[in-house]
Amino acid sequence: MSDITRTGALTFSQLQPGAGLEVALGRNAADVLAEIGRSGLRGRGGAGFPTSVKWKLAAETPAEKKYVVCNADEGEPGTFKDRVILSEYADLVFEGMTIGATVIGARYGVVYLRAEYTYLRSHLERVLQRRRSENLLGKDVHGRPGFDFDIEIRMGAGAYVCGEETALIESLEGHRGEPRNRPPFPIDTGYLGRPTIVNNVETFAWVVCVLAWGADWFRSHGTDKSSGYKLFSVSGDCARPGVYEFPMGITVSELLAEVGGEGAKAVQVGGASGQCVPAEHFDRTIAYEDVPTGGSIIVFGPQRDMLDVAENFLEFFVDESCGQCTPCREGVPKILEGVAMLKQGKCSMPYLNELCSLGETLQLASKCGLGQSAPNAFLSIAEHFQDEILGRVGAGRS
Amino acid sequence: MLVTERERLREELVALADKFGRERSALLPILEEVQRRHFRISEYCMQVIADLLDIHPVEVHSVVSFYSFLDEEALGQYVIRLCRTITCAMAGKDQVARQLENDLGIRFGETTPDGKFSLRWANCLGMCDQGPAMLVNERIFTRVTPEKVHGILQECRQTFGVHAFGDGRERRP
Repeated sequence: MSDITRTGALTFSQLQPGAGLEVALGRNAADVLAEIGRSGLRGRGGAGFPTSVKWKLAAETPAEKKYVVCNADEGEPGTFKDRVILSEYADLVFEGMTIGATVIGARYGVVYLRAEYTYLRSHLERVLQRRRSENLLGKDVHGRPGFDFDIEIRMGAGAYVCGEETALIESLEGHRGEPRNRPPFPIDTGYLGRPTIVNNVETFAWVVCVLAWGADWFRSHGTDKSSGYKLFSVSGDCARPGVYEFPMGITVSELLAEVGGEGAKAVQVGGASGQCVPAEHFDRTIAYEDVPTGGSIIVFGPQRDMLDVAENFLEFFVDESCGQCTPCREGVPKILEGVAMLKQGKCSMPYLNELCSLGETLQLASKCGLGQSAPNAFLSIAEHFQDEILGRVGAGRS
Repeated sequence: MLVTERERLREELVALADKFGRERSALLPILEEVQRRHFRISEYCMQVIADLLDIHPVEVHSVVSFYSFLDEEALGQYVIRLCRTITCAMAGKDQVARQLENDLGIRFGETTPDGKFSLRWANCLGMCDQGPAMLVNERIFTRVTPEKVHGILQECRQTFGVHAFGDGRERRP
């Protein structure tokens, strides 16, 4: 394993393993749900769906079998905090999944780990084995009669789109990772057609904190609509890249000061599917209600060519599009062609407007989050960096 | 393929189906294991797996062709996957790529004639704070520079056993 960069003290390191599960097992499911609901915890993978609502819906759906799935398919460019959580706080993730199982009434959990992280697998298996020997998994978990729960690790096989929850479920079921139409949502028709909660690695870990320290503690950090702390993966042109923990609602400039990224000309918040925030908007806050993120922060210094950035992201999406729906499959390559034209200085203003309108079509008409967010970076760069991308001379113009 | 070889392969696949199950959800675990052992999933393997799981072979092929870590064509013993996503690009992946191509004498997407190395691009490997990053089989290398390339390749050449680099944690003391 290569070294892990972690900067500053994480809340997770101060938590006693088992503290959250203890609380959860001492209360009934409705109380646990109410506590998570009061905390305002929202999905840490980026979409920000309220965790308690998802769990409540799955809990209320009657079914013989239900499943808890941990989405460890961390593939968003610039995101690596789940790798650190799984390396150092795997117990918290498994504990969060176990709490989820008590709430919805599941007996079986799956961690869907991306193939690129295969080197983490043996470590995770060891932690699972230890938890089984400590009766934190298996039969009558933690001495609660009738509560059986175990977790299996399943590997991805190299597909970014499988981070989308319905594609992930398709993949678990042995199919191509093609997103499904929603509804039905996984909370009633998930893995093998049963009610399933799919949550991000970090979300499960925060659930443990919420139960151990209470919703009020969690609520006292962050903003009204985005409570609590969040882990950020910071990379790019800054002095101190790595994993950071900040309260939600931090401004881009505050974050840059912490990581040594002052002087940046733009920051990509939310990875390839997020948006590019230019320097004049660095007072914006990182929160679900302003600039949302699953944790990816990529800093661009003054020397960077924003068209290179747009091109790299679009190439990523061309490669990772599942090809199922037309807007995404055909639209993203078309925008990428447009970026090549911009680079050669051959793109007219009306054509750039056409490209932007195509981008908006993708946002509206694509089937899943991948296609809907594929044009985001390009659109924000086209909006904020027009003077940089238009009228290029030199490079490749013939 | 020799008949005896086919028989042996078949038995191996039956054993995998016994281990992972014959439900459709066992398909990916079986395919991943076949890929790991044989560096490819041949047409013959796909047919046998389809029979064992009682699905059409086209279904198996559609899954193999979808995932970037599954391959119908034979890959080398060491698959090098260099991250091409933005932060690794900013950290100099082009220079590393050039050096890999120079030292191996192949381009990205190709396999060396001796079947030892394949060169592939990868999308974000989740090592953005330590780029350029690359995977060699399951082992991750970070902050790779052109001058480090030769050493990494030499280490592969001198490592015996097919599944070396299978797991970075337990590879050696």
